Amino acid sequence: MRRILSVLLENEPGALSRIVGLFSQRGYNIENLTVAPTDDETLSRLTVTTTGDNRVIEQITKQVNKLVDVLKVQDITEGEHIERELMLIKVKAESSEDRIEMKGLSDIFRAQIVDVTSSTFVIQLAGTTAKLDAFIEAIRTESEILEVSRTGVTGLSRGEKSLRS
Amino acid sequence: MMSGAEMVVRALTQIGVKHIFGYPGGAVLDIYDALFEAEGIEHLLVRHEQAAAHMADGYARATGEVGTVLVTSGPGATNTITGIATAYMDSIPMVILSGQVPTSVIGEDAFQECDMVGCSRPVVKHSFLVKKAEDIPATIAKAYHIAATGRPGPVVVDLPKDIVNPKEKHPYVFPDSVQMRSYNPNVKGHKGQIKKALQTLLEAKQPVLYIGGGAIAANCSDLITAFAERLNLPVTNTLMGLGAFPGTHKQCVGMLGMHGTYEANKTMHNSDVIFALGARFDDRVTNNVQKFCPNATILHVDIDPTSISKTVSAHVPIVGSVDQVLADMTEMLDASGDSTDAQALAAWWTQIEEWRGQNCLAYAKSDKVIKPQQVIESLYKATKGEAYVSSDVGQHQMFGALYYPFAKPRRWINSGGLGTMGFGFPAAMGVKVALPDSVSVCITGDGSIQMNIQELSTCMQYGIPVKIISLNNQALGMVRQWQDLIYGGRHSHSYMESLPDFVKLVEAYGHVGIRVSDPAELDEAMEKCFAMKDKLVFMDILVDQNEHVYPMQVKYGAMDDMLLSKPESK
Ligand SMILES: Cc1ncc(C[n+]2csc(CCOP(=O)(O)OP(=O)(O)O)c2C)c(N)n1
Ligand SMILES: [Mg+2]
Repeated sequence: MRRILSVLLENEPGALSRIVGLFSQRGYNIENLTVAPTDDETLSRLTVTTTGDNRVIEQITKQVNKLVDVLKVQDITEGEHIERELMLIKVKAESSEDRIEMKGLSDIFRAQIVDVTSSTFVIQLAGTTAKLDAFIEAIRTESEILEVSRTGVTGLSRGEKSLRS
Repeated sequence: MMSGAEMVVRALTQIGVKHIFGYPGGAVLDIYDALFEAEGIEHLLVRHEQAAAHMADGYARATGEVGTVLVTSGPGATNTITGIATAYMDSIPMVILSGQVPTSVIGEDAFQECDMVGCSRPVVKHSFLVKKAEDIPATIAKAYHIAATGRPGPVVVDLPKDIVNPKEKHPYVFPDSVQMRSYNPNVKGHKGQIKKALQTLLEAKQPVLYIGGGAIAANCSDLITAFAERLNLPVTNTLMGLGAFPGTHKQCVGMLGMHGTYEANKTMHNSDVIFALGARFDDRVTNNVQKFCPNATILHVDIDPTSISKTVSAHVPIVGSVDQVLADMTEMLDASGDSTDAQALAAWWTQIEEWRGQNCLAYAKSDKVIKPQQVIESLYKATKGEAYVSSDVGQHQMFGALYYPFAKPRRWINSGGLGTMGFGFPAAMGVKVALPDSVSVCITGDGSIQMNIQELSTCMQYGIPVKIISLNNQALGMVRQWQDLIYGGRHSHSYMESLPDFVKLVEAYGHVGIRVSDPAELDEAMEKCFAMKDKLVFMDILVDQNEHVYPMQVKYGAMDDMLLSKPESK
């Protein structure tokens, strides 16, 4: 089962490597991972998407929590939540028909074309992992994909619930 | 105002560190210089940094205090890794201070540079790379706090050379207390869960108390004993928990697991409630988890939540320190006056006595060759069961665990989790340094002792009169046993050919060596060894090479699938 864990940790050198190291050391999956400081600069928030049955997820949560640098861990997929991933995708855009097609497709997905040259587009799209996957599939039928960069998932639980409290 | 090097020494003194096990080198010379005049701290120069870590480890296991290691950067630091991993696996509090190259050249492959924080990461509880001299006192205070609290473990403090520069002085501020928002281990168990566990235990017909190293860390043997006696429970100790409940007590069914007693493994397998205190259901205990104790409801107390339901799911998990939880439980018992079902327990004990009647530790003596079991029994007699016994890893370790019933905690000191050959001797040295009036013994084998034998020199320098009882079977016995049982007797590289003359060797280091090969002379030689109180005595005892350790669980089987003696050869 796919799960998204949100981790609040000390914004200190080495803290990230402890988490990544823990995952590889114990054979847990990392599908993707994002991390950045929060509004409180002394804290970082890390979001990791992983897979495993309930037992594995419980172990991962406990193991991450045990790290001395970690303040809190929450499986945001346990409840109502919002998840977003940002993608930049560079595609060939040479003929005017292709350019029109891709503009249309981007509009349907609410993606934005953020860079234009005589032969390429860079399209930006934010959304769930599934939406980004669907866009890639769709654009592939229209043009040649030159490169893709995705940020990995970040997320928050809905409502009052927060990692801070 | 003080230099970083002075701060290190001052902080250690303030924390109350009495002994440091270490080895100097370029990156820590400034710290060593500051140590030169320090009062109240004794530094012991080892002969290999791995041994320094094991000494600090033995020191910590015997006393419960944090052991301290000081080494230089690069090879000095990497040499400690096995020792750190050993301590980590067994949850032993230790602080390792390692030198590092100056911050200005970190990352440039400078001479003797090694990323110690990175290298040690998977085997430490936590680690610090100190970047500013002013941070030294608070970091060291944190390191000791983290090492000793919660589930204890080793903590590395990496100290770049420029921050300990004796020429640069900084204000010294030692914290009054350590506060960390991200680290607050839970010691008090959940009352509701404790109540539920107690209720389950009281309703049990075939209960068992399963005690691990966590009970030793929690220093609550008296509480455990009183609790077990009050409820008339059978008790089994893990390899790490020996002595937490007295091995000499009539309710003790002995050690459980791979080389556990017949009665311990039978009691576990047939139990209806297992009350686990500070034990972690590891694979050397459970055998095949799929077949593990099919009828048992599991009540599991551990200070580390990750230990609960890791391999075997707990029905009633309780996160907390064993002593606190047991104290709460005892209070509940006092209030209610409840007890276990006396009739059911009587029937259970009848069954257990029948298993005991199997007499699984019996072995055949010979008048020609010394049996290893006999050596441990002789050691027990000579030390009246009161010694601190450190062990190496192999058959001799299992014989030690099975044939020396420990009546007190912290007396059995062995590498249970990592199984580190070379641990026993330096650990015994650490014990002797911590408790100079105690009798400190190392049980070892001809293979293991050679993995840290250089420390004979350290013992000479500081007068550390440990007793080394070497069960010399001229083989990597435990490997050989597996080869006998699983590989059709193909002894691939399990011989120790060209063993040294151990007696001459220890004499060359200035100590006393005694060789014994005649069973009739064993007891007398043992008495002689322990009569030489101020000498390091090395007993090179030639034992039967073909002896195996039994009982032994059968691979992939249940807890109670055991061999009790050598199977008929095919
Ligand atoms: C550092 C290390 N290397 C290898 C092993 C694997 N091993 C376990 S027991 C053993 C044999 C130990 O031989 P010895 O010390 O003579 O003890 P014996 O079994 O003969 O009593 C070996 C090689 C280990 N535990 N530790
Ligand atoms: Mg041997």
